[in-house]
Amino acid sequence: MQLAKVIGDVVATRKDDALHGIKLMVLQPLAPDGSAVGRTLVAVDAVGAGVGETVFFVRGKEASFPFYPTEVPTDAGIVGIVDQVDLG
Amino acid sequence: MQIARVVGTVVATQKHAKFGGAKLLLVQPVDLDDKPQGTPLLAVDSVGAGVHEKVLVVIEGRAAGEALGRKGAPVDAAIIGIVDHVDARE
Repeated sequence: MQLAKVIGDVVATRKDDALHGIKLMVLQPLAPDGSAVGRTLVAVDAVGAGVGETVFFVRGKEASFPFYPTEVPTDAGIVGIVDQVDLG
Repeated sequence: MQIARVVGTVVATQKHAKFGGAKLLLVQPVDLDDKPQGTPLLAVDSVGAGVHEKVLVVIEGRAAGEALGRKGAPVDAAIIGIVDHVDARE
């Protein structure tokens, strides 16, 4: 899992049937200090995240697990909204 | 998922049986400003995308197989949506 900031959303009318009703968000992965690292990506949202929020997301087939038993074709999914990160 | 631009089509007569009827498209991942990012790749199309369209691509084996509707298909990327627009607010 990785930290990211939600920086936008994607509208796609024509999409795989299993994605209907699921929000697609644009994420910028973050380093622990909050700086941007790596490429932006699009992830499905399983927790009701909004633009501007810091979240954590999972990559791989596990991203579809929150929607089980629907088999959602995704490779990234938001699975938590971050309240706070403390660096020791 | 990555946002990508469809840049071509691929025809292959001889291919694995699990590909039967699948449309193969060449896609170039792009960033939020539509600039190419990384190398183009081949993806199966499950939504009827065409050349020049902006699409959503999953780059993961199981998800791509689900998009194709076939378990155990030897694929690792699939187009699963056509992008109407992206709102990037930050």
